[in-house]
Amino acid sequence: MNLALIIIFSVIFLSAVLGVFAGRGKKMDLEMWTVGGRRFGVILIWLLMAGEVYTTFAFLGASGWAYSKGAPAFYILIYCTLAYTVSFFILPVIWRLGKKHNLHTQPDFFIHRYDSRYLGVFVAVVGVIFTIPYLQLQLKGLGSIVTEASNRTIGFNTAVVIAFLLTVAFVLTSGIRGSAWVSVIKDILMLLAVGVVGLGVPHIYFGSIGGMFRALLAQHPNHLTFPGATTNMDTLWVMSTVLLTGAGFYMWPSIFATAFSAKSAETIKRNAIIMPLYQLPVLLVLLVGFTALLVIPGLKDGDFAFLSLVNKTYPPWFMGIVGAAGAVTAMVPASILVLFASTLIAKNVYQTGFNPRASEQSVVRLSRFMVIVIMAASLVFAIWLPNALVDLLLIGYNGVSQFCPGVVLGLFWRRINAQAVFSGMIAGLSLVLLLHRHDPFWGMNLGFVALVVNFMVTVFISWLRPAPKRAARFDSESAQL
Amino acid sequence: MQKGTKYALLFGAVPFITLVLALPFINRVEPFILGLPFVLFWIILWVALTPLALFGAYQCEKKFNQPESEDEE
Repeated sequence: MNLALIIIFSVIFLSAVLGVFAGRGKKMDLEMWTVGGRRFGVILIWLLMAGEVYTTFAFLGASGWAYSKGAPAFYILIYCTLAYTVSFFILPVIWRLGKKHNLHTQPDFFIHRYDSRYLGVFVAVVGVIFTIPYLQLQLKGLGSIVTEASNRTIGFNTAVVIAFLLTVAFVLTSGIRGSAWVSVIKDILMLLAVGVVGLGVPHIYFGSIGGMFRALLAQHPNHLTFPGATTNMDTLWVMSTVLLTGAGFYMWPSIFATAFSAKSAETIKRNAIIMPLYQLPVLLVLLVGFTALLVIPGLKDGDFAFLSLVNKTYPPWFMGIVGAAGAVTAMVPASILVLFASTLIAKNVYQTGFNPRASEQSVVRLSRFMVIVIMAASLVFAIWLPNALVDLLLIGYNGVSQFCPGVVLGLFWRRINAQAVFSGMIAGLSLVLLLHRHDPFWGMNLGFVALVVNFMVTVFISWLRPAPKRAARFDSESAQL
Repeated sequence: MQKGTKYALLFGAVPFITLVLALPFINRVEPFILGLPFVLFWIILWVALTPLALFGAYQCEKKFNQPESEDEE
């Protein structure tokens, strides 16, 4: 047993224990399991949202993009900021509707607003289809991080299976509360690792951050302006991508439902105000990627830039901390993703679609069972079919963003109806699926193009159909924002 | 739409103007500020200032909008 190994395993186990204890003494009904009894204050909501934003992508992907693509990686800093700004305006309204009508999931919202079970089932199925590749990505990222950080003393499969068992344990016992509490460990470790490495490596190798950038420009003069090292990610691509991903961020079923966990609309607003600050550490991750390009050029997979540079620069025990941070950074989002994917299947596919009279207990039972099934499926994909879902993953954001017109117009426009929303989504999703090999499309993010078409179709069909005589489901408080 | 919401939306437009519409005009590395190339400095600056804009939006809603009774627990 080496030191890195001991640190990684201690942290993973400690996290799981904390997650299990987070639900102690709470009765795990649907309300507690999915939305924490709607009692989370600013701190827990912040931890939960931060838990979902900082996935393994923050570690591997962001530094990898900085390494291999350059300036287009800056989009990561921008889109979350836009998403929080949007959330300031829409989430409080969604929260009020959720509180008033006892909504737990994103499809619940569609069912309530449009009075259409079919739309709810459709949204649930699409949501689950796009969530599972994301879950698989977390497991895969976790396996890579732990394997690399332990200097290959832990195998990929061992790491993934252990993390899988522990994550399932705290999801089953504590529901969303478990995820929020494990986020505490995750955030401390992640900020520590990113802070030390991000501020450290530019100084160690180049004396200062400015010195590192100067050296980078001397070698790669175009790396730091759009389109960086790419040919097709120019300014227009960045603009359309941040608009698309900014709009799509809260359309992920798991992130959308976070709104319901808050104890008040006020909590959500305050959280939205401070969240952009949490985006600033991503700058440090980008610095690591840029430094890596100079210090260890020629990596085949840019996603390993962060870990390889840490390995080269720091002692093994620190590699253990980074590995542990990376592992928990995968476990928290994985727990939230699996929780909502399983709730969507139990509540919005099984109960809404097939058995509206199913009791709440049976929905909770089925949700828990689905947690195990979905995690096991992701595990199978991560270990044996690592590339099977790559295409789905690439279009994940483009896909879930197509919920946006249904949510946003639904909140503020009385006239919109189920047929219009469904047609818009079909139009948007078809474009995303059919053209995904032609992304970027005319220099723009394909998802953005699809979203614009989706909006136009939705608005056009809403106008075409007679205005609803009484929009019983359109709450007067929505219109007032 | 209530008056406070209108003002709040103006504040909410700040990151969309500075971090989306302005991008074609700030896509350059010089001058370096605080060790960062200009485009990166600009983005970081406005990410850091967005909380202030949202706080402004929050104050506007609080000042001009009718209080929502159900917001309190």
